[in-house]
Amino acid sequence: MLKPAQTVADTEASAVFRGTAMPWFFLLPSLIILAVFIYLPALQTLRLAAFKANLILGTERFVGVQNVTELLLSPAYRQVALQTLIFMVLTVSLGLLFSLSLAWLASRPVRGSKYYRLLLIYPYALSPAIAGTLWLFMFNPEIGVVNQILGSLFNVKPRWLDDPMLAFGLVVVAAIWKGLAYNIVFYLASIQNLPGDVMEAAEIDGATPAQVFWRVAFPLLTPITFFLVFTNIISALFDSFALTDILTRGGPYFQNAGITTFLVYQLYQDGFVNFKSGVAAAQAALMLLLVAFITYMQFKVGEKRVHYGS
Amino acid sequence: MTVKTDTPPLGGRGPGRRGPSWPTHLALVLAVVIISTPLIFALIKATQASSQVISPNMLPGTSFFSNLSNVWVDANLGRYMLNSTIVAISVTTGKTILALMAALAFVYFRFPLKSVAFTLVLLSLMLPTEVLIIALFDLVSRDLQWANTFAAIIVPFLASATGTFLFRQHFLNIPTSLADAARIDGCGPLRYLTHILIPMSWNTIGALAVIQFVYAWDQYIWPLVIVQQDDKQVVQVGLRKLIDVGGQTDWGGVMAGAIITMLPPLIVFTLLQEQFSRGFALSEDK
Repeated sequence: MLKPAQTVADTEASAVFRGTAMPWFFLLPSLIILAVFIYLPALQTLRLAAFKANLILGTERFVGVQNVTELLLSPAYRQVALQTLIFMVLTVSLGLLFSLSLAWLASRPVRGSKYYRLLLIYPYALSPAIAGTLWLFMFNPEIGVVNQILGSLFNVKPRWLDDPMLAFGLVVVAAIWKGLAYNIVFYLASIQNLPGDVMEAAEIDGATPAQVFWRVAFPLLTPITFFLVFTNIISALFDSFALTDILTRGGPYFQNAGITTFLVYQLYQDGFVNFKSGVAAAQAALMLLLVAFITYMQFKVGEKRVHYGS
Repeated sequence: MTVKTDTPPLGGRGPGRRGPSWPTHLALVLAVVIISTPLIFALIKATQASSQVISPNMLPGTSFFSNLSNVWVDANLGRYMLNSTIVAISVTTGKTILALMAALAFVYFRFPLKSVAFTLVLLSLMLPTEVLIIALFDLVSRDLQWANTFAAIIVPFLASATGTFLFRQHFLNIPTSLADAARIDGCGPLRYLTHILIPMSWNTIGALAVIQFVYAWDQYIWPLVIVQQDDKQVVQVGLRKLIDVGGQTDWGGVMAGAIITMLPPLIVFTLLQEQFSRGFALSEDK
């Protein structure tokens, strides 16, 4: 993984071509795109957060930190933040647990393991929007296959998308399912790069398969696990938008807000449905802090705790 | 790191070689079935005639192409697919070229403000589009007047920090003597890039292309807000529109559409699987 301070120095050592304009000619396209479409909007977001603004009407009124304080005091927004956190913790932990178990199983030298691997990773090609579409149809209360089976077996037809707890559970399971293939790809790759002789030695010394996994393999897999924890946190925060937008539309309503309304969904709602641009920008500013914190932790934890084997 | 799906594991490499293998088979079959259920279900329903689609009937039918043609023309799926293809190919190509150029500058040149430029590229990883969407919408629709254009869903995504870093890492592992020799022979940086670096980077390019194509193909929230005109919309948002047709969803058609929508990334992934595996194997060694 990236170690910024070190890498710039590494880069300097090998400089061979001369010229002061040349490097900028190569860099400028990227830098212009980043400046115009990333850094400018980021600054504009911070500015807008201090206004009561409506981009459609073009109105703006300076309110300082009022948007942020209103958000932090709002029971609905707090609920959305808490829901997002629970969703994130559940999908990341369970998702990685299942992915690692499946990748480990598929790495065992059984006949046909290459087909198992292929069948486990091809859903990588699925988008969150497609995932939402498939699950919406499967869990349709009247014509969905799940209720048709449950109805004929147990004579129950749960209203999956109307009941808050069921809807939340459904979104969690769908998100875990969607993420499996990506995680399995990385775990499979890492498991295959494990030093086989070390594990063999452990087995010869009489370690049980469980001991080989927990004492030898698992510690060697911590770097990839940390990498996946962070990429999964990011995708729980952002990729969940398409899934929830199609599957539940943020609902059903529970206490102060839709139970499957997560941070990005709320931002979208306030910005593009309610047209409260300033409030949405304030949410974006809070999310920027969150992402910055997550990235910072990634470097911090990555440097300190991760055991980079080999 | 490599994803060796095409070769059986070597004798001593796999974990846990003791005990019978049938529990492993059983667990794997079960896992594969559970993971595939939504897709199998979609595949079957996509082939059924409209009366069967809403019934518990789980036998494949023969209506796949009529379901598909219903949504392909009437619900605009063909247009959405074309748009997504244009967007995904443009973004992937553009990102690759810009990232190659940026990496060339970082690896083979010494210049003032290099670490500032490097930090700017690095920090962009912390600013996902989803978070910037309010200001980006304002900029693209009002200042640039790009609403309902392909430019709006292509141009903002052309710079790639991930790509720049992967290429940088790859270039750093190519012996400097090669570049020195090229320079002495009178080869300029651009020629060095096109004649030497790119031919030596196909695995990294392939690996990145898979990631970038899938990412571009899956774009959802940004096209949803910036594109209001139906004939410019991408297929992910198009799927949502296929569902929302006044309560009467043509589920057979939607499932056929979903199947077709997942094909392009699947094809790219399959075609470039070898490069995908090797590209990451290279970058992970360092």
